[in-house]
Amino acid sequence: MKRFSVERVLLTLLAPVLALAAAFVITSVVLVATGKDPFTAFWVMFDYGTKSDSQVFILNKATTYYLAGLAVAIGFRMNLFNIGVDGQYRLAAFFAAAVGGALELPVLVHIPLIILVAMLVGAMWASIAALLKVYRGVSEVISTIMLNSLATSFIGYLLVEDRLAVLHKDTNSVSTQPLPESGQFFSFDMGADGEIWGFIVVSVLAGIGFWFLLGRTRFGFDLRAVGRSEEAAKASGVGVKRMVITSMALSGAVAGLTGLPLLLNDSHQFTSNFPTGIGFTGIAIALLGRNNPVGIAFAALLWGFLERGGNRLEFHGYDKEIVGVMQGVIVLCVVIAYELVRRYSLKSQQRMVGAELAAAGQGGPGGPGPDSGTGGEGPGDGGDGPDDRGPDAGPNTPDSTEKKEVPA
Amino acid sequence: MRRNQRRKPALSGQWKETLVRRVTRILTAGIATASLAFTATACGESSTEASSGENKGIGLSYDEGGRGDHSFNDSAAKGYDKAKKELKLGGKEITAKTGETEADRYQHLADLADAGYNPVIAVGFAYAPSVTKAAKKYKDVDFAIVDAVVDLPNVTSLVFNEHEASYLAGVAAALKSKSDHIGFIGGTDSVLIKKFAGGFEQGIKDTNPKAKLDVQWVKEGNDTAGFGQPDRGKEIASGMLARDIDVIYSAAGASGSGAIEATAKKKGAWSIGVDGDQYNSEPLAPYKNSILTSAVKNVDVAVYNFVKSIEDGKKLTGVQSFTLEQGGVSLSYSGGFIDDIKPKIEEAQKKISDGDIKVTDTYKG
Repeated sequence: MKRFSVERVLLTLLAPVLALAAAFVITSVVLVATGKDPFTAFWVMFDYGTKSDSQVFILNKATTYYLAGLAVAIGFRMNLFNIGVDGQYRLAAFFAAAVGGALELPVLVHIPLIILVAMLVGAMWASIAALLKVYRGVSEVISTIMLNSLATSFIGYLLVEDRLAVLHKDTNSVSTQPLPESGQFFSFDMGADGEIWGFIVVSVLAGIGFWFLLGRTRFGFDLRAVGRSEEAAKASGVGVKRMVITSMALSGAVAGLTGLPLLLNDSHQFTSNFPTGIGFTGIAIALLGRNNPVGIAFAALLWGFLERGGNRLEFHGYDKEIVGVMQGVIVLCVVIAYELVRRYSLKSQQRMVGAELAAAGQGGPGGPGPDSGTGGEGPGDGGDGPDDRGPDAGPNTPDSTEKKEVPA
Repeated sequence: MRRNQRRKPALSGQWKETLVRRVTRILTAGIATASLAFTATACGESSTEASSGENKGIGLSYDEGGRGDHSFNDSAAKGYDKAKKELKLGGKEITAKTGETEADRYQHLADLADAGYNPVIAVGFAYAPSVTKAAKKYKDVDFAIVDAVVDLPNVTSLVFNEHEASYLAGVAAALKSKSDHIGFIGGTDSVLIKKFAGGFEQGIKDTNPKAKLDVQWVKEGNDTAGFGQPDRGKEIASGMLARDIDVIYSAAGASGSGAIEATAKKKGAWSIGVDGDQYNSEPLAPYKNSILTSAVKNVDVAVYNFVKSIEDGKKLTGVQSFTLEQGGVSLSYSGGFIDDIKPKIEEAQKKISDGDIKVTDTYKG
């Protein structure tokens, strides 16, 4: 049993390592093909990316990316593809900034209020897609993409002088009323290296909440059950419609948090050049982290590192686009590597079960207990194994358990 | 359900298994926390400590799109190239990616300053907060920002009176339109582009109160994607031409090229270019006979003058407004299509310079 667990951990680690190694090789080939030296590029990225001020930068970036990744992962676990994180976080940040800037309250009320507004707006925007799916059968993939465009236009309509914005003639920009002191989040001062955003604490708490909710509650079990097989979940009494709406709203609420580190710790106002596209980065990060809270954290840090190092590459005569290539290749490799590892572990499980069955046939009724071997792979598992996948979940685990039940 | 059946017998085995699982998870979490903590303590040397002392020349950070946009960034690039060549300086260019955050933009500027580039020029108003931050940290570096005002001793703000050149474009449009119906295409409804629209409208109204102006945005909501969609520019222009509009002014970057292309197909219709003198633009050469004039914004002059002033030891400081009067913005006469109305345009130009006409810098509509 112990042996198998160790093997599982190794298998879990194998996939991302394999993917990163492959991405490394492919990127090198691309660099060589464009007549550039790949080793210098990697060295520049590594050397610069590990500097102390880079570490601060990476942590701050990862704070945002982590929340985006979590938001996407909630949907993935339920087999829902929430592409709308992008619109949800921008709309949420916009309304949070507008409300936060309009009020002057004590810190202990002000910041929670801003966070609440952001989560509510994100949840509401996401539920539109959920309601359309449940009552009209509209695919959430389509509706969330469209809602992204709608969010852009909606913000554009309101982010105008005399509506919800103030004009800054000096800098040719419009923004919401800047947040007063009481609406600004604390940060950790790292001296010359800058500040680590205090919102990282909220990110970590969100990660713990994600793990607890999905792995330790009835709701989480139902959610994952629906994600694996809607029919089976329905048969066992799970209200699928309600689950779709709740989990989409939850995904939207976490998406609503995504823009807040930037808003509360950095810009303190929603300007016309508030960053876009973080929702799509979140999809890549959730895929890379395999919808697992710890995995997503590493993925978010890796993304921050790549961007930090990549910004520097242009300095050394490399094209900055190479980081985009690298990120794309990593995501592709990860998807492939996980599938390969999954197939391998499925095969090895089947071999083991076969061997045990054969042994049981010889050893008589006193054979292995029903909980031995792959016991830890049931659908109720906490979910950090390679088999505990998101949207592409296959029937591998039920198979193996069924086989186990034969002798019992 | 299956799970319950499976778990009922042999409790001890399950216990052991749970334990192993727990331990594994705690270990994973522990490793994760440790590595996070390692990062969080920010150990090791800072990238700023590794820089050398010598001055390497001009550092220039572009707005989204960068060199090759046939418009705003290219104009800055022209000034940068000229300064490098004529003043024999080194230099480094950095381009902003789409969707950059404050932190990214600050990093570009800080990287340039750290590496020993001085002056550092930020192209585009999006850089305003990051220039503020960088200028406070690198007090010995001369910064410049295009299209925004940053009030710090070591920052020179290079701003343009686009509305004044647009006013003259409006005068020309009003005089040349036969249908008294004129169009404006803006890349996006941002503060900056509204300066173009506002001045243009005023120029038209002051010249021909009967003329009607249609304003359309390629993208609304400050979406800068509106500067990169020639197909949309073409569509909008075709729609305008169908409504009997016969002069179209586009301040829409690459989307404007599409509008110019569409306008060239209709006989008697004129387009007005922006930023650069688009009559002389290579890619637009097939359509140049329908380019009435261009409202030129000399970013290159501003960039070059700023660098030169430092080399000469007489640095331009504070807010440097590149006005119509100084030639920072102008209306081009290439092609000779507006030579016949030159006296009227020069009259308006004089009135603006003398302060008799106050051109609005925003569009309300």
